[in-house]
Amino acid sequence: MKKLVISIVLVNLLAACASQKPHETAAVPAAPAAPVATSAPATAAAVAAKTAVDPLNDPTGILAGRSVYYPFDVSAVQDADKPLVQAHAGYLSKNAARNLRLEGNCDERGSNEYNLALGQRRADGVMKMLELGGAKTGQLNSVSYGEEKPKATGHEESSWSQNRRTDLNYAK
Amino acid sequence: MQKILFSVLGLLMLAQSSVSNAALSIEIIGAGEHQIPVSIVPFGGDEKLGLAISEVVTGDLLRSGLFRLVDPAGKSPHEAAEVHYPDWQVRGTEALAIGTVSAQADGRIVARFRLLDVVKQVELIGQAVSAGDGQIRAVGHRIADLIYEKLTGNQGVFSTRIAYVNRQGKIFSLIVADSDGHNEQIVLKQNEPIMSPSWSPDGSHLAYVSFETGHAAVFVQSLYTHQRKAVADFRGSNSAPAWSPDGKQLAVVLTRDGSSQIYLMRPDGGEIRRITFSGAIDTEPNFSPDGQSMLFTSDRGGSAQVYRMPVAGGAAQRLTFAAGSSYSPRHSPDGKSFVFAHLSGGRFYISLQDFQTGQMEALTEGGWEKKPSFAPNGRLILFASEARGRGILATVSSDGRVKQHMFTQSGDAREPVWGPHL
Repeated sequence: MKKLVISIVLVNLLAACASQKPHETAAVPAAPAAPVATSAPATAAAVAAKTAVDPLNDPTGILAGRSVYYPFDVSAVQDADKPLVQAHAGYLSKNAARNLRLEGNCDERGSNEYNLALGQRRADGVMKMLELGGAKTGQLNSVSYGEEKPKATGHEESSWSQNRRTDLNYAK
Repeated sequence: MQKILFSVLGLLMLAQSSVSNAALSIEIIGAGEHQIPVSIVPFGGDEKLGLAISEVVTGDLLRSGLFRLVDPAGKSPHEAAEVHYPDWQVRGTEALAIGTVSAQADGRIVARFRLLDVVKQVELIGQAVSAGDGQIRAVGHRIADLIYEKLTGNQGVFSTRIAYVNRQGKIFSLIVADSDGHNEQIVLKQNEPIMSPSWSPDGSHLAYVSFETGHAAVFVQSLYTHQRKAVADFRGSNSAPAWSPDGKQLAVVLTRDGSSQIYLMRPDGGEIRRITFSGAIDTEPNFSPDGQSMLFTSDRGGSAQVYRMPVAGGAAQRLTFAAGSSYSPRHSPDGKSFVFAHLSGGRFYISLQDFQTGQMEALTEGGWEKKPSFAPNGRLILFASEARGRGILATVSSDGRVKQHMFTQSGDAREPVWGPHL
């Protein structure tokens, strides 16, 4: 269900692009970087770090997942998404320069204000799990869009399930 | 059920100073139990202005559900001396509104208006109503208020204003409009969401939530000078502003210390003080008319429900227990009841609950209905609804008998709130 890609997504510049198209953005830098990484001399650590494949950009790796999904009116990270959050925690702990913005969203059931609060709790829940996994507080920032920036706009579960999520949005 | 379709499309062709020229259509469903039969004779003098006034007055009275409009059928007296009472008695009308209107050299509109009791054959009101150039609708609303007050004994609300958010694609506009949805003025327009407009008690300012800084922050803006200020912009979300009845305090919801909790502050952002300590979601505060207690939404019991607590601090008491969840409580102006959005079985209902009896009553048949707020006279409730796939404004009388849908020309209307008497 979650893999359903709906074409009539309301394109939000920030939220939707980052979460909807990880493959496109990741594929571009990954391809030219690959041969450089294999031939990089072991001594040039700085160069290697810069040119090595950033696991964040591996379209097939777990870090390509940038969204966590929830049941209705629930803000705890579900078991199915815990490995994803833990993988990002591990990445952040090893890459102290990377910053991550967590964006909580909700389906439209509930008042707009309640959903703003619920979205914040979702984003904060992911943030807490990332901190427990080794990310530093200073790398993280959480916001909520409540039900104000829906990815899918229908009044049914297939839309709602896409909107109940926290997006993990890395700063460029 | 009686169904009256009343279309006022095209009325805005008359000179308006509004920013937007969106046409508006209005549907009225249902009728009050005891409707007062009234005749409105198009005013004499300037014919165009006269017609405009009678259309505004007619629309206002019909929307209240308390009046039945009796067609003047060819009779058009403009002065008391021209009225032949038996003509009106045979039509079954009880009150007759007549008058004249003219535009002064400076553009100012002056209407001389009389309300006559057809049964007792006496004048109930004789009054001049005036307004600035282009404010013909304001003249109509004022006359409708005078008729309403005289015949029902309650204060009219037709001259009050409403605020709401219009969403069109990614564009969000904060709008202030007349109580009938006309005369829209854009207060703020941007590419980021706007939520939760809240009127200061004197109607001079709006507090609202804007995402322009990348997250939810609370702003206060003057409707006169248009000056605005971010009064709560802490980490996470800052939202749900609500004014105290004396206008000296703003209740807001902040996540700066963890979960969404209610705080009090001055309307300029000073002297912040936390007043809920639940660790759950506490949001949507609303002061009681006496300023002593506060309603709010909390999920501290597992699902979202309405609670009440003293503003001075102390234990909160759960008020809603029906199946499902309850949101967005607002006190009635007399403080005896509150209205809220009740989500049950996948539908939202606008419901009313009496404080004393605890009795809950659904005022609507259910649908996508959110964010109710009372008119300042307590007789009508404005809320966000949906029809034909669009967010619209709707009202229901506080007895649930009369419903009205207001369609703006485009986009989704959200988050409406009725303003105070000015």
